[in-house]
This record gives sequence, C-alpha cells and structure tokens, in this order.
Amino acid sequence: MMFALDGEQTAFGRTLDRMLGGADAPGAARAWAAGDPGPGRALWRRLADAGVFALAVPETYGSVGPLPVELAVAYVELGRHAVPGPVVETAATAVLLGALAERDGTLVEGGGALAERGGTDPAAPAAPVDPVDPVDSAGRWLPRIASGQAMVTLGAPQAGPYVLDADAADAVFVVSGNALRQATGHGPVQPSQDPARRLFRPVCAGPAQATGPRPDPAVAAAGRADAPGQVGRPGQATGPSAGPARADGLRLDGPAVAAAAARAADWAAFATAAQALGVGLALLERTVAYTRQRSQFGRAIGSFQAVKHRLADVLVELEFARPLLYGAAVALAGGAPGAGAEVAAAKVAAGEAAYGAARAALQLHGAIGYTSEYDLSLWLRKARALRSAWGDPAGCRARVLAAHAARHPVKPEVGGVWHTIGDEAAR
Amino acid sequence: MDLELSPEDAAFRAEAREWLAAHVPGERLPSLETAEGFAAHRAWERTLAAGRWSVVSWPLEYGGRGASLLRRLLFEEEYYAAGAPGRVSQNGISLLAPTLLRHGTAEQRARVLPPMASGDVVWAQAWSEPEAGSDLAALRSTARRDTGGWLLSGQKTWSSRAAFADRAFGLFRSHPGADRPHQGLTYAMFPLDAPGVTVRPLGRLDGRPGFAELFLDEVFVPDEDVIGEPGEGWRVAMSTAGDERGLTLRSPGRFTAAAHRLADLWRERAAADPGGGDPCGGDPCGAGGGLRDRVADALIRARAYQLFAYTRATGPAGARPAGGGSTGARPAGGGSTAGGSTGAEASLTKVFWSELDLALHETALDLLGPYGELSDTAPDAPAGGGWADGYTFALAGPIYAGTNEIQRDIIAERLLGLPKGRRG
Repeated sequence: MMFALDGEQTAFGRTLDRMLGGADAPGAARAWAAGDPGPGRALWRRLADAGVFALAVPETYGSVGPLPVELAVAYVELGRHAVPGPVVETAATAVLLGALAERDGTLVEGGGALAERGGTDPAAPAAPVDPVDPVDSAGRWLPRIASGQAMVTLGAPQAGPYVLDADAADAVFVVSGNALRQATGHGPVQPSQDPARRLFRPVCAGPAQATGPRPDPAVAAAGRADAPGQVGRPGQATGPSAGPARADGLRLDGPAVAAAAARAADWAAFATAAQALGVGLALLERTVAYTRQRSQFGRAIGSFQAVKHRLADVLVELEFARPLLYGAAVALAGGAPGAGAEVAAAKVAAGEAAYGAARAALQLHGAIGYTSEYDLSLWLRKARALRSAWGDPAGCRARVLAAHAARHPVKPEVGGVWHTIGDEAAR
Repeated sequence: MDLELSPEDAAFRAEAREWLAAHVPGERLPSLETAEGFAAHRAWERTLAAGRWSVVSWPLEYGGRGASLLRRLLFEEEYYAAGAPGRVSQNGISLLAPTLLRHGTAEQRARVLPPMASGDVVWAQAWSEPEAGSDLAALRSTARRDTGGWLLSGQKTWSSRAAFADRAFGLFRSHPGADRPHQGLTYAMFPLDAPGVTVRPLGRLDGRPGFAELFLDEVFVPDEDVIGEPGEGWRVAMSTAGDERGLTLRSPGRFTAAAHRLADLWRERAAADPGGGDPCGGDPCGAGGGLRDRVADALIRARAYQLFAYTRATGPAGARPAGGGSTGARPAGGGSTAGGSTGAEASLTKVFWSELDLALHETALDLLGPYGELSDTAPDAPAGGGWADGYTFALAGPIYAGTNEIQRDIIAERLLGLPKGRRG
C-alpha cells in the first residue's frame, strides 16, 4: 500500500497553483458571471495545455486518462482558484463518451458481436443513418476535449434539472433514461447562487446520439427536450436486455447508455468534491490571512480563542475530507463496485467542509465579506452551490448507507431487545 | 497511489484475524474500571501476549513483532472488528513505551517493557495535578535530589487506571530555580505501592474508579527510574503527548468497527419497527431524517480517519518520527511505535477522533430510544451495555490527552500560523 501522492503528483498541483495564481482567475470568474466567457476560455486553454482535461480522456484516444488521482489534484486547484466554466461536466462527458465508445467499439470491430448483441432481431432493416454515433462522437470530441479546443457540458438525472454553462459550451450532451442526445439549444439562464455557475434547461431537438428502448416520457412531458430523433421502431424493444435500434444501423444496448452515464455521474461527483475541497482551502487561507492582519480591541482578531477555534475546526474538516477524496480516486481507478459509495462519502465530507469554511469565512470577515465587490464572494457562493451539484448530501449519505448494508447483512439476533409495555402486559 | 495490501501485509492481517477468532472471549468482559474487570482484562493481556499480539509494533526482543505502523493499524482493525476487549495496558503501551523506546536506556527498556507487554505490570499515568490539567507547565509536585535517586512529593490527580494499576509515570519539578515554567521538570517512574504513596480512587461519571488521586510523600525513586536527563522532562514528555493524541492511542480500527456496528444497529432498529413512530421512518436507505444522516456521517468519518491513518503510515509523513522535534531515534527491530504524526498534527487527529467517538455513541443512544437511557449494568441494556459504557468513556475524550480547546489552540497557532494569544 502506498496511499499518498507521489512527488510528480504533488508537483503537478503546485504547477497549476502557480499558473492559476498568475492568471487572474477571479477576473475570469467575474467576466463569466457577466456573460463574457472570453477570459474563462483563455484560462481553459491554458489548463488544457497543462494537461488538465486530458486526465479524464482514455488513452485509447491518444490521451493520458483516466487518471482520477491526478484529476483530484487538478480540480482541488481549480476550486482553490475559482476557475469558472463546466470543468466538472467536461471531464464527466469525456468519461461518458469514453465508456460508450469502449463498449460500442467492440461492436464495430466484430461483426459477430454486432449480431450477437443485436437483440431479438438482428436482421431487421437498419434505421435511417444518423451521422453521429457514440464511437464517432468519442473520436470527434475526446481529442478536442483533451486539447482544450472543446468545452462541453453535460446534463443528467444525477445532476438535477439544469445544465451548467450551456450558453458557453461547444456542445451540450444530455442523458435521459437510456438515451444520450446532443442539445440543440437551451432556455434562458437560471441564475445560480454562484453567479459564475450559469444554469440552463437544455432543448434537444436533434437526433439522439444513442437511444434507449423508448422515449423518456418525463423528458418529453417537461417540454424541455423532445425526442424526434428516437429511431427505434415502436415495439421492437421488449426489455432492458433487448437491443434497441441504433440510428446508424448499429445496435447499442440502451442500458449501456445509462450505465455509462452513471459512471460519468460518479466522476462528476468526484470532481465536484475535489473542487469543493479546493474552495474550502481557499476560504480558509484567505480567512487566516485576514484575521492575522485585522485588528479589533487592539489585537489581531486571529489571536482571539473564539476565532482560532473556529478556524481550527475548519482545518480539521478539510484535512479529513482529503483522504476520502483520494480514497475515492483509488476506487475509481480500480473500477471497484463500491467506488460510487466512496465518491459519495468524499462528496459529503468535502461539500460540508467547504460549506463550513464558507460560514466561518463570512463570519470572521464581517461585513466586508458580505459584499460582492470583495473576491471572497466568489468562493463563498460556490461553496453553497457545490454542496448540491452532482449529488446532494442526503442522496450521498443514502448511498453510503446502502453500500454498507450491501456489504454487511443484518445479524438478526441483535434485534431482539425491542419490546414495549404492551408486550409485557400481553405475556 | 493505492490501497492494496502487499501479500505479506495481507498474510499478517489474515493471521491476526484467525488468531482473534479463536481467542477473543465470547462474553463481554466486566468493565475494566472494577476490580473484577481489571483482573479479567489483565488475564486477556496475558493471552494476547502469549500469542505475541499484545504489542505488535514493538521490537522482537521486548515481546513485539517489529510490525510497521501500517500493520499495527491493520491489527487494530481486526482487533476491534472481532469485538475484542478494551486494553487495560493502554497507558503503558501507548504513552510510556514510546517514551522509553525513544528516550530510555537499554537497561530501562529491558526491565520495563517485557512485563508491560505481558500484562504483569499495568501502568497508570500521573501527569495531571489539581492546578495543572492541560497546562502541564504549571506542575507543582517536586522531585528532590537524594543519594542515588530522587524523593517525589506532591499530589497527582485524574490518574487513569491508578485505582488498580501497579506502577505509574509522571513529571515532577526538580529544578525550582529554572527560568521558565516548563524547564526543570523530571520524568520518573514509581511503584504505586511504594512507601509514601497514597492512592485514593476517584469515581468517574458513572461512579467507577476510572482514575485516582495520588498523594506522594517523599517517595524514593532510584536514578535508574528517571527517563531522560533530569530537568529535561518536558521535552521527553512532549513526544509522548504527541503519541497520546495521535494514532498510537486511538488508531482508527476501533472507530471503523463501532461505526459498522452503529449502521447495523440502525438497520435493526428500522427493521424492528417499520414505519410509525420509528425515528428511521422504517426505510433504512430512504429519507429518514437526522438520525440517518448521523449514522451515515459516522461511517464516513470513520472511513476518513482510517484513510488519513493509511496516508500517515505509508506516505512520506509516515516515515517522520512522532513528537515533532524529538530525536527521531527509531526503535531497534524495525518496528514502529511512533504515532506517525508530528506533535501539531496529532492535535488535528485528537480533535477528530474524540468528537467522532462521542458522536458515534450519542447517535447509538438516540437510536436506542428508551433503551438508550439504560446504564451498562442494566439487564436489558442492548449489546451487553457496550453502547452505554462506550458513551461514558467517549464523554471523556474531548477532555483527556489535552483538552480539545488546547488542541485547537495548537492547530491554530502551529498549523495555521495564527498569532499566539492568552490561553483561556
């Protein structure tokens, strides 16, 4: 066992820290919030040059990933420097397309596999050809994601009803049910508590990229996405194991999309946890610096025990969220079945630690912290928003408990103690 | 970065598991804060020692296995998962032994450590005094020079295990003219049945004599029972204090085991009373409200501490000696008795585990509803009273080994660099 960052990983974090420290990331975040993605995109390209977006892109696409440990290192720095944009969603899309392509790739290479997996009716006439399929999408998008040419975003049930930064992204991927689509538009911006997180309802008028057995009625009914690209013939698919028709004539298991999306959502939650940890660290660093120089009653307020203790507690929470984050990274790297629960644990701990840091930071800065002019607001507001992004605390805790229950079946003999007065009387 | 055990470490874990399965008492032992329980726990220490499991991280020559810090963590995971008893020798093993291994002489180690490992000599700590709890620099008990040794006088209090233990170790003011309050202290070991020693057991919150007051009246201690240089006791003690707060005293195994039992308890409670009136809402994984979150947090935090410890045991930090600026001498035999933490980092750990321990047990008592009120001596007490007893013990966590207030001061000043302020 070697459960610690190696020198190269630590150096990678330091390099990003230095680069971002000199790149006016707060300025880019403010421009982003105002609807000007220019500085944010410039920052994005520099991050890509440093290798950040290649970390989630599989090696098969000429990249270096997926490397969750390095991704955690990088995203902690993105959070620390309040980098705007769909950084988490871009990584998650890379995981999603990579996972689909990996699966679909075997279909493309082997005709036998095609027929085998084609479900009940391999001889059925091919549906109309759709020029974009998962393999093609992966081939087209993954190298561009890795190089920073493409900034993409992702909507999925696990992320809630909104898609982050749909206005600025080059592509908006939307998963609903067993279908993956590319959005053709979006509704008006729904301002977030964190103005640098711009939320939208996606509109999917184009063809499905990969379709499931049937249109998702919830999506259709909501009117925020439709399914004209649904190309499976009605009644063709009879269950989850039946292969739905593929737009390009290939057949793709519908559940494969959902499975890949679930994996992508885990990565998104994981990257969000890393980002949150970085946000918490930035809040702590800034507050320590402030309380060292701000005087009241003739003393630096950082010398008051009430202030010290509050900040000490913030550090405790952040330092114990960190190992959970790397534990989740190791689990994701190994593809362990329990990885989702490890991610959920990290998400709870990092999200709560960052929010605790925000509360302490605001209180200890006093009124100056309560102004939008002061840069502290960039992290204060992000800390709250990240708590619920890609998995809220309640959902993550439920996941942790469910995983525990699966690993440790209840021993019935311990349950015997419960009784009431009524029981006694009946005896 | 990985969490894979090497085949050797996995074999060590498997060997421990197998031995524990065969030897852990089937019945919960009586509380070690009673004469009967103390004897039963001492007997368990002897069993452990016979299997060479009582001090796995010590060098071979003193009864250990020369195990790495990682292996000690693994052993304790297995130990508490197996439901094995609390360690009556904890004070000696986790506080005095690391001090001796770092600052003691070869003669002292050879004389003191083997009977400690076997449970034949159980040690009490004698640090606190009536006017000096977390502020050890305020100690007033004295050591006066005598032919071939020292005469100890004064009063010690909150001396854990002292009601039933054999010997004690503590700090005494030997050079009253020293410039600063933490200079001129001497670290000494003494028998609790020596002439001049009076032991007055003190009932802890539950009335059991978990600790005692010690009155010392010219108690003679030979030179060979002084650890380190006379007058240098503070420096010697500080490395021990780091151990006390850090992984040595409370390694994560006990919390992971307790968190798993808590999650089991929560599911049992839900299964026993689905729906109406049940605090869990009958759905173990649904939106059960506050208790569900607290159970999940206990699992999450126990895992966090486990992973934190793995980092310290296997990363570059794990190679650092405990106790901050200590000499860094490692025990012979390749073992690790260091907590794997620097002094200030041990403060971080101490705040975390003590609050986790309390939260865990409070949650368990809340889950137990009306049964949560029962003392561990109640015939109906769930889990043989383990939750109630654990709760009483956990209540002391934020106080002993340096109060959490002092730990937060250390964290703020030494890890965050905030300005020093007045204590209190």
